[in-house]
Amino acid sequence: MSDAAITPSGHDRAGPSFWEGLKTNRNFLGFWFMLPAAAFLVLFLVYPLGLGVWLSFTDSKIGNPGDFIGLENYEWIIGDAKFQLAVFNTLFYTFVASVVKFAVGLYLAILLNNHLPFKAMIRAVVLIPFIVPTVLSAIAFWWIFDPQFSVISWALRKWGWISGNIDFLGDPWNARISVIFANVWRGVPFIAITLLAGLQTVSPSLYEAATLDGASKWQMFRYVTYPILTPIIAVVMTFSVLFTFTDFQLIKVLTNGGPAGTTELMATMSYNTAILGGRIGEGAAISTAMIPFLLGAIMISWFGLQKRKWQQGSDND
Amino acid sequence: MASVTIREVRKAFGPVEIIHGVNIDIEDGEFVILVGPSGCGKSTLLRMLAGLENITSGEISIGNRVVNQVPPKERDIAMVFQNYALYPHMSVADNMAFSMKLRGAPQSEITERVDKAARILGLTQLLDRYPRQLSGGQRQRVAMGRAIVRDPQVFLFDEPLSNLDAKLRVQMRTEIKELHQRLKTTTVYVTHDQIEAMTMADKIVVMHDGIVEQIGAPLDLYDNPDNLFVAGFIGSPAMNFIKGRIEGGEFVADGGFRLPVGKAPAGAEGRPVIYGLRPEHIRIEAGGVPTEVVVVEPTGSETQVVLRVGGQEIVAVFKERLTARPGETLAISPSLAVAHLFDADTGRRLVA
Repeated sequence: MSDAAITPSGHDRAGPSFWEGLKTNRNFLGFWFMLPAAAFLVLFLVYPLGLGVWLSFTDSKIGNPGDFIGLENYEWIIGDAKFQLAVFNTLFYTFVASVVKFAVGLYLAILLNNHLPFKAMIRAVVLIPFIVPTVLSAIAFWWIFDPQFSVISWALRKWGWISGNIDFLGDPWNARISVIFANVWRGVPFIAITLLAGLQTVSPSLYEAATLDGASKWQMFRYVTYPILTPIIAVVMTFSVLFTFTDFQLIKVLTNGGPAGTTELMATMSYNTAILGGRIGEGAAISTAMIPFLLGAIMISWFGLQKRKWQQGSDND
Repeated sequence: MASVTIREVRKAFGPVEIIHGVNIDIEDGEFVILVGPSGCGKSTLLRMLAGLENITSGEISIGNRVVNQVPPKERDIAMVFQNYALYPHMSVADNMAFSMKLRGAPQSEITERVDKAARILGLTQLLDRYPRQLSGGQRQRVAMGRAIVRDPQVFLFDEPLSNLDAKLRVQMRTEIKELHQRLKTTTVYVTHDQIEAMTMADKIVVMHDGIVEQIGAPLDLYDNPDNLFVAGFIGSPAMNFIKGRIEGGEFVADGGFRLPVGKAPAGAEGRPVIYGLRPEHIRIEAGGVPTEVVVVEPTGSETQVVLRVGGQEIVAVFKERLTARPGETLAISPSLAVAHLFDADTGRRLVA
């Protein structure tokens, strides 16, 4: 912009031409700089999402583009007991797994925030579940939960706590708890490490001030640590809820929705219906039905993420 | 209010001892400043007094009660931190009330005390604000308010003014001193700034490398420094040190010039000594030692001049406005009747 002012426009004393003006116009340039990123977003996010929503209004099947049929798919899935079960499963799975992940993650973060020997190594170890590919860890859990060779059953039998093997994935509630356990195992590192990063931003002198003010360990957590951590908790829990709600790989590998649909989530049901069952329109309707739930979760966090009054203004130091 | 006694206190972090047996007596209602360069152990000593660090050996008592094993909250002290340590998510009022709320004090008492502290510090208009919405000076005042509300036996200040700009620092200095004159609570204040120490303290404790170099009233330290360290640390610009020896009741500098010493210390004849000369104790005198002007720095109220004499630079401060230019010759002589003389080997002051 300063270029335009400095460059003597000798041949055009009447003022910069339209093109000259355009070349230095912030909005015009900004538009072009943004275009590549926007093109990627449209191609890989907006288009698939739009296509999915469009397909949910058609009777498309594999090999058949299908015709527009309005809300028929939605009317059908809403009345479907299997779909209702999948919605319940998804909500239950998301709620229980998120609460447990939060509690364990926060506890772990606070533990790791203390001065421990081999601190860096322990922190790295905590991250392992997060970096192992989900399918690999799912296969590991598949063995851990195996009806015959389960290491858990084996150990408990050795200790004499149980007489027969536990049917982890064959019994409806056992299966639900087992997949939630696997999800928690996988999700805790993300929450723990993020909250740990948040904890490390809390100035140690605040704890010293609280000590002098007479706060116990619990009061320090309740009145100092937790309130300061709430913004980061809102962010990390939003992500956690979104990831958990749309979970697919773990369930696909561990139970594939069984037994009798008791661990079927909306994501796996959508895949099974559309890709394996070939009923693309119906499957698209199931996945589109996840959008309101996800929007709801985002709205809650959006309000949670609003800058609190105390965060406004400049830093403390 | 209470007196504070520090007896043979030592502090070691692992094998490294950083405080080597410190003794300080602080009387009831006294304003004591621990001053020294960074790393001298003054902050650690304050934190031991607060109970934030444990005491390796020795004894600290507050009001005749040994507090070595007493947890911080039961020591009846309040501390103001260098970075204020205000709780960012609490309003000014909540910050000040936090300790009382934890204690379960009745709401009416909390309101009354917070209001009183806010009135003293001029914070009444700011009670609903959050720390981030305050300026540095206001935050500093809130931190003091939090201490006042607790009505402690002893106030502890840990370099409270070092995060403020120069002008505000001077203003807050006065405010803290006023506050002390009003509340008369025993106060222990840590700073590395000797001007803060000189202007505010009833008693200064000069620390260096984990030991106490000298304890005394500000002007006492200025007039009669025990050793080279105190002499160099107290006073700004710092005291000039000139190496030489005593010969025939006069000081002969290694640079060759001579300075009067007033009354020569006994047995100093012929010994290597260091002559301490404060910049403000130099006057221009026709028959004095000729020096070369190096730099002239006028500040308006006075003129600071760097002079070269006998291969050494010394700083002088003159009340009068000087027209001397660099390169010119200025004849000076000490304006003090009795010179500060220090043993060149031990650094101790030689008394006449």
